[in-house]
Amino acid sequence: MQTSEETEFVTVLIAGQLFGLPIARVHDVFMVDRLTRVPLAPPEVAGIMNLRGRVVTTIDMRRRLDLPPREETGNRMAVGIERRGESYGLLIDSVGEVLKIPMANREPNPVNLDPRWAQVAAGVVQLDGRLMVVLDVDRVLELKALGMVA
Amino acid sequence: MDDLLREFLTETSESLDVVDVELVRFEREPNNAEILANVFRLVHTIKGTCGFLGLPRLEALAHAAETLMGCFRDGMPVTREAVTVVLATIDRIKEILASLESSQAEPAGSDEDLIGKLERLSAAASAAELSQTVGTLVHQVLERPLRPGEVSLDELERAFRETEGPDLSAPPPSLDTGSERRSEADRRAEIRREDEKREAAAKAQTLRVQVETLERLMTMVSELVLTRNQLLEIVRRTQESEFKSPLQRLSNVTAELQEGVIKTRMQPIGNAWSKLPRIVRDLATELGKKIEIEMHGADTELDRQVLEVIKDPLTHMVRNSADHGIEMPDERRASGKPEQGTIRLSARHEGGHIIITISDDGRGLNTERIRAKAVRMGLISADDKLTHAQIQKFIFAPGFSTAATVTSVSGRGVGMDVVKTNIDQIGGSIDLKSEFGRGTIFTVKIPLTLAIVPALIVEAAKERFAIPQVSVLELVRVRSGSEHCIERVKDAPVLRLRNKLLPLVHLGSLLRISSGDAEEGAFIVVMQAGSRVMGVVVDGVFHSEEIVVKPMASKLRDIALFSGNTILGDGSVILILDPNGLATTLGGRLDDSEIAEPETAKARIEETDRPILLLVFRAGGGEPKAVPLSLITRLEEIDAKDVQRSSGRPLVQYRGTLMPLVPVNDGVRIRTEGVQPLLVFTDAGRSMGLVVDEIVDIVEDRLNIEVGSALPGILGAAIVKERATEIIDIAHYLPLAYEDWFQRKDRNADEQKRRLLFVDDSAFFRNMLTPVLKAAGYDVVTAANGKEALALVEKANFEVVVSDIEMPEIDGFDLAEAMLADPRMRGVPIIALTSHTSPVMIERGRRVGFRAFVAKFDRQGLIAALKDAPLEVNKAA
Repeated sequence: MQTSEETEFVTVLIAGQLFGLPIARVHDVFMVDRLTRVPLAPPEVAGIMNLRGRVVTTIDMRRRLDLPPREETGNRMAVGIERRGESYGLLIDSVGEVLKIPMANREPNPVNLDPRWAQVAAGVVQLDGRLMVVLDVDRVLELKALGMVA
Repeated sequence: MDDLLREFLTETSESLDVVDVELVRFEREPNNAEILANVFRLVHTIKGTCGFLGLPRLEALAHAAETLMGCFRDGMPVTREAVTVVLATIDRIKEILASLESSQAEPAGSDEDLIGKLERLSAAASAAELSQTVGTLVHQVLERPLRPGEVSLDELERAFRETEGPDLSAPPPSLDTGSERRSEADRRAEIRREDEKREAAAKAQTLRVQVETLERLMTMVSELVLTRNQLLEIVRRTQESEFKSPLQRLSNVTAELQEGVIKTRMQPIGNAWSKLPRIVRDLATELGKKIEIEMHGADTELDRQVLEVIKDPLTHMVRNSADHGIEMPDERRASGKPEQGTIRLSARHEGGHIIITISDDGRGLNTERIRAKAVRMGLISADDKLTHAQIQKFIFAPGFSTAATVTSVSGRGVGMDVVKTNIDQIGGSIDLKSEFGRGTIFTVKIPLTLAIVPALIVEAAKERFAIPQVSVLELVRVRSGSEHCIERVKDAPVLRLRNKLLPLVHLGSLLRISSGDAEEGAFIVVMQAGSRVMGVVVDGVFHSEEIVVKPMASKLRDIALFSGNTILGDGSVILILDPNGLATTLGGRLDDSEIAEPETAKARIEETDRPILLLVFRAGGGEPKAVPLSLITRLEEIDAKDVQRSSGRPLVQYRGTLMPLVPVNDGVRIRTEGVQPLLVFTDAGRSMGLVVDEIVDIVEDRLNIEVGSALPGILGAAIVKERATEIIDIAHYLPLAYEDWFQRKDRNADEQKRRLLFVDDSAFFRNMLTPVLKAAGYDVVTAANGKEALALVEKANFEVVVSDIEMPEIDGFDLAEAMLADPRMRGVPIIALTSHTSPVMIERGRRVGFRAFVAKFDRQGLIAALKDAPLEVNKAA
């Protein structure tokens, strides 16, 4: 099968930059409503929320990537991730289409990539006129390791 | 894995646990045929299944053990050596089972050593038997008189020799053989019949269910509870709704379902104890001690999750008792104790908790040694004055072990601190009492279940948090110029509560979400974690709610202040505060300040038949006088020079206002110099100082007024701590301070007086609470029993009824029921005043129409409940 050469990515926008998450890891996409702050939590943790009876821990991707906070207010979007039986939500600006990308098009991280980004990026894909950074979902959730770099 | 094999493994390991316990018992009671039959049957089953599944090693071991046990059954004397070999065999079987589970094949290896020993013992038995037929009988002594129906050992022996070898399949039912022989055959048949009966019963009544299935069921019920809470919340907001009554039913069914599912997760605590007899036996053998273990209440049930957590701590404590507690036999003899030491385990339910005690009659804790060690570790200084109990608690300190020699038994680097941590984690507590030379008692208190807990919802910096209700002792409102305000001891905020200093922490600032200065109008949640009591300052207190505890996400788990999160009725997620985490975080700060004795604070909500705290004082000679402590707002000592007079009445400047002083009786002189003790009573911002000569003591005792009194201000006499004591009547003094004390309306001046019926069979409570109710703006009518109350309600329109529950003849429930049944009275809200509040009672109360349950001494609670009770009057339909 030729499709085995291709991976599907859910694309998201964070501060104007296009990111791709492997579709197999994306559980759902939802609107963030009524977020509860968690005092004393790592700064990247935006809070916890109730998603259809499940408690979801949300990560502010802008903070995770050392980007300035979002200016617009209103409900935000999140990409739901399941990891070891726990639910996480990655707070993003907006969701784009699902792209099928041949594995051959993926290139390793540029060596001069911001260390914070390099930590969570699993390569870069060239699309028509723009670059998509592939996110390594597990490393995004490794908040402790981040603390050591920062 | 093969289903058959998996089932075999589960069943066999369960059987082996039973065999372990039974064998140890059997060793002590070698003549108990029932135990032997049980062990024999289990080993026999294991052997049979092994053969079936093709497990030769196991089969050979089980066979050899069975043979030896057959010898026991046939009368071979039971020796310690033989039991040890059988136990070793059981251990070997367990080892093989363990590798069978991981590799699904019997491990290679030889069991010749054990089989050899087993066979040698069996052979010795049959040799003895052979020689016995020739004529020599081994004299066997039964250490108790025969019970009716029992046969002596010698007779059994003879019966055995006369029977044609052990034949299990079919004992000859011949009736003409000797009576001894028949009795033996009957016994065997009986044992088998018993076995069959027991098995049949077990088959019919139990069912194996995967733990996973139960867990899923539990999660679903938890969700159901949440949804129910959401619905209740929605309906609470709407005034009139047709959903109300079906929802009430749904709510009840949900509660029952929840209880049922929790019950399926319940396991007898005996499961956690099953390994202990064996452990103690092995320890005793190893250490050369004689130890007996007694277990009481093994069928007490608790949640399996809780059971898992306490299993290891309990085992550790029992090991400790055997290793450090019980002395060597000669040492025990020298101190006049029986050679055999006893470790006693017991478990029982108490409220929503399980109380487990582990006691031994060993040497007890050496307070001097603990003290020395604590000094060495820098926990205390050499000249600190500490009570024995305080010193003994140091054994819970991390890294604390006073065992002179580290043995292979307890010295595994795990101390009582780990035990305590484990127990703290599940919201439990541990305490100990020890007398040097006499023994030690550990008391462990743990919650029944961790899944669903009642919690108090509080607010700090606009965020809501849940505090587990078990750790909440009381709530205090902070108001300037009134009884409670926050004071500072060199920056550390403290609250003076009933003459004790309570360290305070502002929740907002602790969580770094607010600066923590908003003290006016704030609430203090008085919390207990372990033996520590602290006050947590919050901005607001909402209601109490049953919450389903969900674990914190792994990324957030190391925040010590939270133990989990939950979804509230309105759908929002909130964090659950961990009382132990709070106490630990406060750590140093708490240790510096004086910690209020938990006992004092705990005793706030009293029960009539339970001891209550009484303040004993002297005033104007005669008998000592007393008043329930909970009625007193503060104890004060003022400088006598500060007493002023205005139009002949004594006053004192008190917290920014003038407070009238009233002597208890004419015999009391307000002092002109020195210190003047006062009892301060406050209600709705007005205070009164009752002048006494001397505050004697705070004691805990039952309050039974035995003799009434005609003297003004005295309710009667009671025996308090074996002394006749006069109980004073606060209601008498309040109007002496302010003429209008009772006439004052509630804060809404234009509000009309509302008629309230107060039913209580105790004159004491009628006298005590009437002024409180009047002060809250009610026109109070009292009734001394249910009958009187019904007659009154029928005649007059009351807006609310406050009734005691425990009354002779017509009790509170009957009263509520009667009112519910009568259309003229149905709409009148009724509040229960009670000393016991069990969930069952509250449920029953709700069914008969009680709006709220309030503890008898909880004045604030009563006023709050009255405000909440919907007061729209349903004037006779």
